[in-house]
Amino acid sequence: MTSGQNTNTITLRYFAWVREKVGLAEEEVSLPADVATVGELMKWLQARGETYQAAFAKPEIIRAALDQTHARADAPIGSAREIAFFPPVTGG
Amino acid sequence: MSVRVQSEDFDIGTEISALTDHRSDIGAVVTFTGTVRGSAGGAPITSMTLEHYPGMTEAELARVEAEANARWPLSASLIVHRIGELHPGDNIVLVVTASAHRHAAFEAAEFLMDYLKSHAPFWKKEARPDGTCSWVDARETDAAALQRWQKSPSKAAE
Repeated sequence: MTSGQNTNTITLRYFAWVREKVGLAEEEVSLPADVATVGELMKWLQARGETYQAAFAKPEIIRAALDQTHARADAPIGSAREIAFFPPVTGG
Repeated sequence: MSVRVQSEDFDIGTEISALTDHRSDIGAVVTFTGTVRGSAGGAPITSMTLEHYPGMTEAELARVEAEANARWPLSASLIVHRIGELHPGDNIVLVVTASAHRHAAFEAAEFLMDYLKSHAPFWKKEARPDGTCSWVDARETDAAALQRWQKSPSKAAE
């Protein structure tokens, strides 16, 4: 992975059925400059291939975390280094 | 105050002793234990596997515990949550709250469970006798259970 001046390399992590549908637990990606929010990132991921399309088909039900803190779809990515996507939690 | 995420089982008596031994300020200890049911939606399950988000899970549990300690005068508290493959009857989660009086301990224990269920990143997958498995869906009632904690603790029983 290269990290040029105009790219922002971050770690994406996937959990539960999001992980299974994407087929990866984590990966490094270079974010395009026009992806500014969590919701925009999900749209961008959807377009990356069939597995992503399947995982992010209903982005409204997917939860996200920025640097291990819950974040809404309209949250700006800012300088986050790690972004996670997962289904609503079912612990307890 | 402490939280633990572990694959090993826990012993309730041991955990209570660890919190309360040599303490004379505690007048009430409440525990909640969640266990694996042997069926889901009327159909039997053979196992339940819990996935978590290492790092964030512990941080969220600690945050929820700190919130409970800010709302109620707790003398001690503990959250233990298991991960990995569990079977019907196995322990999943333990919440212990200790306070000088019972109301704070009861309310804080329920608050911890309600918040944990909708904030802590854990996901359950159930396996059935025919070998198929599926992820457990989040329940509307768990989200609704949070609503009452928007009120002050003293009105929480309404």
